[in-house]
Amino acid sequence: MTMKENNKTRIVWREYQKEIADNNYYYARSCIRQNFFPGSEEAFIKIVRDVLGRDIFDDPHQTTCSGIAYHCGVLPFDTTMTVIARQFALMYEAGYQNFIPSCVTSFGIYTEMVETWEHFPDIFKKAKKLLKASTGRDFEMPQNLVHTSDIIYKFKDEIAAKSKLKLTHKDTGKPLKVVEHIGCHYAKIFPHHGVGGAEFPQVLAGMVKTWGGEVIDYPERRHCCGFGFRNYVIKEDRSYPLSNTKLKFESMESYKPDFIVTNCPGCTYFLDRWQYVIAETEGKTYGENGYGIPVLTYEEMAGLVLGYDPWDLGMQLHQVSVEPLLDKLGISYNPAEKYLGHNGESIGEPRKPEILKV
Amino acid sequence: MSETLYERLKQDVRFEEGLNACINCGICTANCPAARFYDYDPRMIVVTVQTLKEEEIEGLLKGDTIWYCGECLSCKTRCPRENTPGYIVQALRSLSIDTGYYKYSKKGRQQIKVKRTVGDNILKHGYCMYLDEITLEEHPEQGPVWDWYRNNAHSVLKRLGANYKGNGAGTMRDISQNDLDELRQIFVETGAEERFEKMEEYDHERK
Repeated sequence: MTMKENNKTRIVWREYQKEIADNNYYYARSCIRQNFFPGSEEAFIKIVRDVLGRDIFDDPHQTTCSGIAYHCGVLPFDTTMTVIARQFALMYEAGYQNFIPSCVTSFGIYTEMVETWEHFPDIFKKAKKLLKASTGRDFEMPQNLVHTSDIIYKFKDEIAAKSKLKLTHKDTGKPLKVVEHIGCHYAKIFPHHGVGGAEFPQVLAGMVKTWGGEVIDYPERRHCCGFGFRNYVIKEDRSYPLSNTKLKFESMESYKPDFIVTNCPGCTYFLDRWQYVIAETEGKTYGENGYGIPVLTYEEMAGLVLGYDPWDLGMQLHQVSVEPLLDKLGISYNPAEKYLGHNGESIGEPRKPEILKV
Repeated sequence: MSETLYERLKQDVRFEEGLNACINCGICTANCPAARFYDYDPRMIVVTVQTLKEEEIEGLLKGDTIWYCGECLSCKTRCPRENTPGYIVQALRSLSIDTGYYKYSKKGRQQIKVKRTVGDNILKHGYCMYLDEITLEEHPEQGPVWDWYRNNAHSVLKRLGANYKGNGAGTMRDISQNDLDELRQIFVETGAEERFEKMEEYDHERK
């Protein structure tokens, strides 16, 4: 904890300490990220194994945590609790104790179940009974439960030492201005489980600052991206996520961010896709020269810093083009390779939006 | 004498954790993304359940209000009394489905669409959402890049190192039948299958 004081005001800045295991991770995959940002799911493993030299296990038997259905209000508590218990059982069977989900919704649910079991031993017993009856498996709570962004945060200095570039403008050398958006379920439910808590989360800001960027503080910085679970899944209610995300764009616009980075798969998706919708329906774009503001996962940000090819990271699957950011960073890339398939297969290109420049 | 609705709510751990005598300050509503755009007030939901009045709680279970919440749980962070209106909403939604009261509201009846997408995806694919099921017609916000990606999924995903529809580990792998069977058994054992069947039965009766 650090504290700054003067005679007139007393400002307390609490840096919540959080134990993040050093090695031997059981990787719990995200449904949204595998489908929408598959390159980031792979980049995380590559960074952990090849750059950081750590052991990470990718289990074929894991499944969804069922979290989206749970927060949409269709699954009973006991069902999601038992699915979570099964994931922990798989971890122990594979010989691991450090559980790292890549989805923020999942991280919130895994944490919710562990907290529930710790406070209500009878519910822990019930979870054991339900899992045994349905699968024959047994489980224990993990020794260490953190989000995958916590792992990158922990090793941000090691990544900086191996970096090929900084988050600065290639011409001016000035830090790029970055909006960091933390998924609500990372620290708003259980603030003591997030680096920096809910008020001053450092998990992304720490990466940005360590790698040379500047974090923007804007009024709606901590507002939800607007996912709203059932409010997105049900088409008629989709104005809820759109309106909430637009609120954030309107709030950050004056600060002219060079890019947005998030630690939540859903947030990355909404902040990217709603820019396309707002451009096509209202003619409004939030980036420079008719482009949108590029929206990155933290692995994409780390991958660029480490010198990975943007198309190997899967950044061609964004609807908002990342090229304006690549140009500012001075990253060389081949536009002709952007939309190639496996082994250079020619598979055509996406249709261009009418308003949003790509 | 049968249990009251309040007594049934008290059996849900989220309700137990979520309600610690609300002082009606309204911080949850000031901070709520749903309240920003809907005629929605989480403070009033908590005030209503605290009345303990059966007909008031029944009104919540039969109404649209409880379905507006986005479950971001921003309310949990801010409440000075450590209440969580979002947890209370979760318990109310669960009871609304279990009592069948969800059928009385438009928003409640929409839940069948959730069941048929993310709910069924879990048992069919082992994922809450799945590339093959997400069409541009249902999700026009995905944009043209999604259309291109879906049409070329095998090649694009292979380039990115994924294992789409493959066996074993990896991004977008097929979940094995044994693992899907375990998920289904969990649904049977914990009441989700029975809940899903009832939701389908009601929807067929309605039509």
